[in-house]
Amino acid sequence: MGKKKMTKTMWKPTGLALAAIVATAAVAFAVPSAMAQRDPAYAAARAAGQVGEQPDGYLGFATTPTPAIRALVQDLNIKRKAAYTASAQSTGSTVEQFAFTSGCNLISQTKAGEKYQTPSGAWKTRDGSPPERDARCP
Amino acid sequence: MKTSNIGARRFAIYDRTVAVILGASALAGCVQIDTPDKPIEINLNINIRQEVVYRLDGDAKKLIEQNSEIF
Repeated sequence: MGKKKMTKTMWKPTGLALAAIVATAAVAFAVPSAMAQRDPAYAAARAAGQVGEQPDGYLGFATTPTPAIRALVQDLNIKRKAAYTASAQSTGSTVEQFAFTSGCNLISQTKAGEKYQTPSGAWKTRDGSPPERDARCP
Repeated sequence: MKTSNIGARRFAIYDRTVAVILGASALAGCVQIDTPDKPIEINLNINIRQEVVYRLDGDAKKLIEQNSEIF
């Protein structure tokens, strides 16, 4: 009787440890996939053409934004600037240079229907043709 | 003698007047330099050269890929 009880108590922590490992693994897998996805409100604003890519590597407003969208974009632009700053430091460039290079890529990556800003400052809707970018873009 | 002296003094006065007028016109010339009607634009983009953009392109692509939630 006592022996049986002992084996039970010995298994319990192992079972908990296993559960913890499984849970950790699940979180490790779940977090990057959740991180990699755009905020649904941002994705919707992009798709609706309210928010678009600027040549300087930051997001801008193609139409007057709601306060919620404005706050969302400001938050993303702050995060972008932090990312550009880190990359600029590691590549020995300026934040503006790195942001601009990213802007070239981000405008290229816009999907049909999304907005982007041309070098002259006009907002255009991306269609099947290549976007109008700065002459220095690769 | 006296008349020639007056004449010389008159010439001296003339000279001074001419000098003052010339000086004034020169000053006026300096002052009248027109300011441009358009605001002076300093193009900051001059810091971003194409060769730099080409060099950073790979790193920029990597950054966008690895932080897709903010791009």
